[in-house]
Amino acid sequence: MLNLNPDIFAAMYLIATILFIFGLKGLSSPKTAVRGNVYAMVGMVIAVITTLFHPDVKNYTWIFAGISLGAVIGVIVALKIQMTAMPQLVACLHSFVGLAAVLVAFGTFILHDAARQVAGQLETVLLIEIIIGSIIGAVTFTGSLIAFGKLQAILSSNSLIFKGQHLFNLFLALVMLVFSIQFVYSPGVLPFITATVIALALGFLLILPIGGADMPVVVSMLNSYSGWAAAATGFTLKNNLLITTGALVGSSGAILSYIMCKSMNRSFFSVILGGFGENSGGDSGEGSALSQAVKKGIKSVAPEDAAFVLENASKVIVVPGYGMAVAQAQHSLKELYLFLQQKGVDFRFAIHPVAGRMPGHMNVLLAEAEIPYDSVLEMDEINPEFASTDVALIIGANDVVNPAAKSDKTSPLYGMPILDAYKAKQVYMVKRSMKPGYAGVDNALFYYDNCALIFGDAKNVCLSLLAALNGT
Amino acid sequence: MSPTMLGIYVFVLSCFVGYHVIWGVTPALHTPLMAVTNAISAIVIVGSILIAGVDHAELGSGFSIFIGFFAVLLASINIFGGFIVTNRMLMMFKKKKVSLYNAKFKS
Repeated sequence: MLNLNPDIFAAMYLIATILFIFGLKGLSSPKTAVRGNVYAMVGMVIAVITTLFHPDVKNYTWIFAGISLGAVIGVIVALKIQMTAMPQLVACLHSFVGLAAVLVAFGTFILHDAARQVAGQLETVLLIEIIIGSIIGAVTFTGSLIAFGKLQAILSSNSLIFKGQHLFNLFLALVMLVFSIQFVYSPGVLPFITATVIALALGFLLILPIGGADMPVVVSMLNSYSGWAAAATGFTLKNNLLITTGALVGSSGAILSYIMCKSMNRSFFSVILGGFGENSGGDSGEGSALSQAVKKGIKSVAPEDAAFVLENASKVIVVPGYGMAVAQAQHSLKELYLFLQQKGVDFRFAIHPVAGRMPGHMNVLLAEAEIPYDSVLEMDEINPEFASTDVALIIGANDVVNPAAKSDKTSPLYGMPILDAYKAKQVYMVKRSMKPGYAGVDNALFYYDNCALIFGDAKNVCLSLLAALNGT
Repeated sequence: MSPTMLGIYVFVLSCFVGYHVIWGVTPALHTPLMAVTNAISAIVIVGSILIAGVDHAELGSGFSIFIGFFAVLLASINIFGGFIVTNRMLMMFKKKKVSLYNAKFKS
């Protein structure tokens, strides 16, 4: 292999870093985003090729085997995955970064341990960096697996919590710390593995109590962890590229978590402690959704009646939520959009920051259905518009339009910023059942005079609306 | 300055860069942002390559090579999967722009 000056490596890695930064910067607008993604890809190619020239790399067989097999799997998954399943995919990929960080920490230790016979004592700093890298990676790995399981509905999305769980976690963390210290003072495989296994258990226990509604925070948080895991690996390897990139990803995830928490008016700490979003509302049992609604004095209308009102409206705002994703309703919604827009209706979409299961989830689904992104507005942009809106059509969203968040101080949602859909002249909520939203709170909007429910699956309702519109 | 201290310098400054760059990302693109940061965080492939590529006659063992291989595999899935899925999503946002232009021309 060529004997290159270490500065050349550093320079190439710097170029890769700059390309990553430009890549992220590109996402400031949909117009520059595709180019940004290309920058980031080029950065990654430069980083990988440069590393292949590293003097320590002598055996290429397994590297190329790993890269090609990973490429095949990655390409297939990326091309096949449905847009509604993005949160699961992202969680799954986070877990890979976590596991890779654990493996790199472990591998680095084994190699240095083998070299120790020649070079003597291992540096304390290195050992600390190795064990920190492994712990962060391990928590990311199992935490993301749990998040994946919950998003994929393999695990219950309810909050699973047992008595004394937080104390137990604290106890585990302390035991982990003891083994980590032991590892640093007398390096060996056993304390390394013990500390890592405890970290794996902590990852499970930390994410398990977090309920479905908090998933946008969890996914962002794990995004952040995967970055910190990469940065910790960078410290272990004394590699500034990994440190920089890890820090970029870490701060990205941290900012997203912050935005998500703020949009739910919850402190980051209370999300982590979990226990929110238990489905304690017991009214999902007997009786049809309709009879339950009548009992409660809630109005419901047939899609045909709603279609008539929609057709005569001049301004319509749709509020999509997770229910739209579950029912895959975005495409029929687009038909509705095209139909009404052709009739001259001002038809727009309002996105709450925590709608769906990950930040920006709704935007991607609407983009998939080819709805122009300038018809899709963020909460702050669209809220003043509701007062002059004829129809607010809420599809699969619930808590994010609950006016109790503004008026009812006893509501768990109180203080959460909401979409002011209740200000519209007529509100239609498409719902499958009377079940409360993920916060387990009844929606005060149901009882408003201007609100009526349309029962049914989001997609079927959109289709019946369309059929009714076409019939007239 | 020790290498670790230098690393901390780089780390802290990068966090500031990240902070400013990420706040500039439009909320509509937060899902692609997560997908692309996912791909980028697979930069741990650099560490994985250094482990998988060791000449095991000199230093490593079959075991360390297996660990390295597995780490390369995971990171590689992330790189290809992450970038391609990001591209898929971004093309959807881009397509929108074109169709909107068409709509304007038609009307």
